[in-house]
Amino acid sequence: MTSPLNREALLQAYRTMRIIRDFEERVHVDFATGEIPGFVHLYAGEEASATGICMHLNRKDYIASTHRGHGHCIAKGVDPVSMMAEIWGKATGTCKGKGGSMHIADLEVGMLGANGIVGGGGPLICGTALASKIRGENNVGVCFFGDGASNQGTIFEAMNLASVWKLPVIFVAENNGYAEATSSNFSVAVDNIADRASAFGMPGVIVDGFDFFAVYEAAGEAIKRAREGHGPTLLEVKLSRYYGHFEGDQQTYRAPGEVQKLRETKDCLMQFAKRVTSRGELSAADIEAIDAEVKAMIDASVVKAKADPLPAPSELMTDVYVSY
Amino acid sequence: MARKITYQQAINEALDQEMTRDPSVIVMGEDVAGGAGSPGEDDAWGGVLGVTKGLYAKHPGRVMDTPISESGYIGAAVGAACNGLRPVAELMFIDFMGVCFDQIFNQAAKFRYMFGGKAKTPVVIRAMYGAGFRAAAQHSQCLYNMFTHVPGLKVVVPSNPYDAKGLLIQSIRDNDPVIFLEHKALYTMEGDVPAESYIVPFGEAAVVQEGDDVTIVAIGRMVNYAKEAAANLRKKGIQCEIIDPRTTSPLDTDTILESVERTGRLVVVDESSPRCSMASDISGFIAQEAFGALKAPIQMVTAPHVPVPFAASLEDLYIPSPARIEEAVMKVKEYR
Ligand SMILES: Cc1ncc(C[n+]2csc(CCOP(=O)(O)OP(=O)(O)O)c2C)c(N)n1
Ligand SMILES: [Mg+2]
Repeated sequence: MTSPLNREALLQAYRTMRIIRDFEERVHVDFATGEIPGFVHLYAGEEASATGICMHLNRKDYIASTHRGHGHCIAKGVDPVSMMAEIWGKATGTCKGKGGSMHIADLEVGMLGANGIVGGGGPLICGTALASKIRGENNVGVCFFGDGASNQGTIFEAMNLASVWKLPVIFVAENNGYAEATSSNFSVAVDNIADRASAFGMPGVIVDGFDFFAVYEAAGEAIKRAREGHGPTLLEVKLSRYYGHFEGDQQTYRAPGEVQKLRETKDCLMQFAKRVTSRGELSAADIEAIDAEVKAMIDASVVKAKADPLPAPSELMTDVYVSY
Repeated sequence: MARKITYQQAINEALDQEMTRDPSVIVMGEDVAGGAGSPGEDDAWGGVLGVTKGLYAKHPGRVMDTPISESGYIGAAVGAACNGLRPVAELMFIDFMGVCFDQIFNQAAKFRYMFGGKAKTPVVIRAMYGAGFRAAAQHSQCLYNMFTHVPGLKVVVPSNPYDAKGLLIQSIRDNDPVIFLEHKALYTMEGDVPAESYIVPFGEAAVVQEGDDVTIVAIGRMVNYAKEAAANLRKKGIQCEIIDPRTTSPLDTDTILESVERTGRLVVVDESSPRCSMASDISGFIAQEAFGALKAPIQMVTAPHVPVPFAASLEDLYIPSPARIEEAVMKVKEYR
């Protein structure tokens, strides 16, 4: 059993999930006005996964993320204000406006990057874990990937490699049921992605991604195992995305009312608040205070992002190499 | 009968007509129908930008959604081509070639030669390319030069709806592996396209407009930028000849050579970064074959040697512009 969360940790968990939710809902609104450039994939609905997992990590642990990476970034400690500026393509962005939504990275906090290439993160995270292992540190690597990505050769190769080398890696399959418009019922040949774990000699665990506490618990076990040198785990988190594949997706492939029903019955923030308040672990006032503080922070981040300067023309030619 | 349709519709029509004509033509790729296994509409997407929309219902069983497994399904398309089908496999963004390149360049491209002329691999790999969508470094590259470099592959880069339809039909009927590249900024471009089926042959450049002062060779979307530049230059009394190679492999060197021998001045416009590019390839060819005819050093107008940036202010600088083409033409014109 992972040790129970104290008040401070509960506040942190709720706050992180709330930041992710508000961040994404705000990007959703602003994208619709046409002001945000490029492709944007929102993580709303999936907050418990990134949060429940990253709460076990420290700055030296790495995560590899996906095109749907905002939530992973926030949970790993990337500054949401700089992320907002990045998404708006501003010079003050996390990556100076050069990467955008799909490429937010902050190596200082162990965030190896969102990724535009589906399945790109699996091999990379084996590498960060290998480095940690070779240096005799006990840091881990977490690779987030989707149900769609679970069918990519890179993910299979990475899982095998992690087992062969007994690397401290946690493979987190975030199964939200769809890859773009394609259902995981079609694309994944087995019932559960976690069923594949045995093929790679590692434990496979299924967890309810709407339940922060379930994710936190399962991740705790897997990460402990990895830190203690027992090798990788495959964690399948079953969840749902609230918005389209990317902003602008009409989602005619989904059943009508599918998302609405989940929002009303299973939403991770709702469940969390209900549980902690009914148990008296946090008060309604605690929750409201976080809601208000986060809302103000997100609003301010947008005001700032809009006002911030675009990258200067000279930036076009910089950062290609360390030296050349 | 010609009517105005978009580049995107022209591609859809070519696929539809070839699927109707030849039952061995199949289409596969991620979300080319869009909705496999999902509770809603079966043909929900028709490709990520809707290019294959409608084909699923018209050609039952022959428009196949795939898992996200590019090595797997691109390779399967290659294998199916060896065994009598004519698959058109969609790679979505050409940038994803990184995931499956072995199946293309070590397998498909080399069979004919390695097997002593005994194999035939009539596969088409369709993908979109190009910058301008704020899609950043992994969704905006051109990469046609990478495929052009590989013996055994044919590479097609239509610049307008008419060519898109005719070249795609030729690609499907062609017996070699073809990389068919669609510039994402051209999908909404309208043009006259005959309703009936027709082909545009490979290795035959289009002389988009004639002129005796400067030859501009431009690839894909850059053809349109060259036209804009040429229209301005005409007002200054400079007549540009614009050549659109239409296929980079085979490359119609005769048409380029003939033009440069007449004008003595060459500008090559290529949206990709300059090293080992179509711009450097064509420039090298002309430097070797028409050195005596040149009145000025060749000018290459390309993107810089950097990945494609995200921010609008940087991406707009990255992409070659009509203004930069004009400048390059003025430079070769005023050289002496
Ligand atoms: C190699 C590669 N293939 C295809 C794509 C296009 N693409 C982007 S996201 C996506 C679906 C991913 O689905 P999943 O892994 O389930 O993640 P989700 O979007 O559901 O979070 C696809 C096909 C890509 N970016 N990279
Ligand atoms: Mg998914």
